[in-house]
Amino acid sequence: MAENSRPRSSAPSDPSTPSRRSDPSDRPVSTARMVWTLYASRIRSQASFRTSFVSDSLGQVLIVGTEFLELWVILSQVSTLGGMTLPQVAVVYGLGALAFGIGDMLFGEIDGLSSYIKSGRLETLLIRPVPLLLQISSLDLSLRRIGRIVVGLAMYVTALGIAGFQPTPMLLMLAVLAPLAGAVLFGALFTMAGALQFWLVDGREFANAFTYGGNYVATTPGAVFALPMRAFFTFVIPATLIAYAPTLVLLDLPGPALIPSWAGWLGLPAAVLVWIVAGLLWRSGVRRYTGAGG
Amino acid sequence: MNTPQQITPDQHAPEPSEPLEPALELSGLRRDYVVRAPVPGSRRRRRQVVRAVDDISLSIRPGEAVGFVGANGAGKSTTIKMMTGILTPTGGSLRVLGREPVAERKQLAREIGVVFGQRSQLWWDLPLRDSYTILGAMHRLTDRQRDARLERLVDGLDLGAFLGRPVRQLSLGQRMRGEVAAALLHSPQLVVLDEPTIGLDMVSKEGLRRFLREDRAERGTTLFLTTHDMNDVERLCDRIVVVNSGTVAYDGPLDSFRAHLGAPRELVVDLAEPAAALSLPGSAETAAVEADGIRHRIRFSGAELTVPALLSAIGAQVEVRDLSLTEPAIEDLVREIYGRSGLA
Repeated sequence: MAENSRPRSSAPSDPSTPSRRSDPSDRPVSTARMVWTLYASRIRSQASFRTSFVSDSLGQVLIVGTEFLELWVILSQVSTLGGMTLPQVAVVYGLGALAFGIGDMLFGEIDGLSSYIKSGRLETLLIRPVPLLLQISSLDLSLRRIGRIVVGLAMYVTALGIAGFQPTPMLLMLAVLAPLAGAVLFGALFTMAGALQFWLVDGREFANAFTYGGNYVATTPGAVFALPMRAFFTFVIPATLIAYAPTLVLLDLPGPALIPSWAGWLGLPAAVLVWIVAGLLWRSGVRRYTGAGG
Repeated sequence: MNTPQQITPDQHAPEPSEPLEPALELSGLRRDYVVRAPVPGSRRRRRQVVRAVDDISLSIRPGEAVGFVGANGAGKSTTIKMMTGILTPTGGSLRVLGREPVAERKQLAREIGVVFGQRSQLWWDLPLRDSYTILGAMHRLTDRQRDARLERLVDGLDLGAFLGRPVRQLSLGQRMRGEVAAALLHSPQLVVLDEPTIGLDMVSKEGLRRFLREDRAERGTTLFLTTHDMNDVERLCDRIVVVNSGTVAYDGPLDSFRAHLGAPRELVVDLAEPAAALSLPGSAETAAVEADGIRHRIRFSGAELTVPALLSAIGAQVEVRDLSLTEPAIEDLVREIYGRSGLA
């Protein structure tokens, strides 16, 4: 490298000495450490505004609470919603909120990409040797979503207990995997919403229909939706696969038409599929921006 | 076109056997933008093609320092965006450090350092030092490489006093020095500076220029600079390329550019007593005498004559009450070039 030719840097240590090779300060930064450095820096910069972090997190807790209250009011009028009792609905809701919270924390601000484009800040990101998506995800990580994650997790675990969850090793694995797969799926949806901004400047609201709309569907028992909508949110935007379908498996409940209970295992494959689409969309978005066609 | 010449005395001449690939090769470069302009009296928008860059050809050898100047909208920024892989050319071709910029954008990013004077690349809410940790990780430097390089940058750009301060609290001059350090951290072979001194005061500008010269002399980097300040070009570059309406209007060594243009600086002095035309040293000449002999406009070349020398020559003849100095604007120089079309 160029700096090795400078007398200054080579004076204190000779890099050719074998004993120096193992010195960690002579090892180039690994990918994992680079990624961690990016996210850690974002966490630190958010922690520097403590008051707003606390109030934002509390706000998130309130939102989740109010949303669930709505379901609870409905269930106080009818005994079941989409064939589910209150604790069962709470499992769906908690699982959906948890998955959405994680996805939102990591990728939730990508739909604000148009502000990067308009301010020209995107150009400063494009001249760095790191994938654009990773840079934006780390720059926009929003820790305040932790409020939603904590409430979702608490509700998920508590409701599972009340609803009579009978854990087997397989089901336990699904219980752990489902929120993660859901988070990955939401991350892909957010990325798609972000990629759309390359075409629709100011298309944030349109894109949000799919991400926040997906959240609404995910946190609701899928059987309440009419068939066409159920099909759309299972096979096109697989939101029902995030929480509703896994809950059917976890609680050993029969599924409605179009959502057989084994669909509960489809979360991860669906997430992978949606990510492939999201990745392609993102790439062609970047190409459109640079004018490389696509 | 210019002939090969030694850039700085302390730079090593390239080995004669080594095939010298240009650091930057632009040929017939063109870029169109499609804009949709509203049609008056109609709801429809008309599709309009605007040509920002039209047939720019340029070859820059490794180690050269080129000032790329022109008025706003001349195509400078578009050219830089194509060089850095942010924009694909509509026509023509370019190679930067032997690479195809758009296709090899991320690899290229490790070998070039870019400063966008109008946009920050630093992490706003974090102490300045953290930006270098993050950039070091992005460029996969070893800790030792990063620390050694940073030490040099902190030293040369005088960053020590505010390394621990969040970037948002820095003054413009401090931040700009921080930006330059960020672009140079990974010791790039090619440094692209897009208006690096915009908005800075004289002292900050001079400090920045001094370090850029030093660093280039030490590492023999290629420098590509756009600016509106002719002094940046004078202090940093040995070759000047003037663009106008997306094409190269002038390309040659800086000294012959200056020689062709003559005396572009203007000193305005207000005298205590009216006087007729003063006798002036060297190439300085009285451009105008105004206010009944009180105000004299004197044009001179900054290359041949310093302001103090000129002032002492004037002071020997008359008493000066007030003075102001006008630097030549790049726009004026470009206009002058067009006045002497034989140049381009």
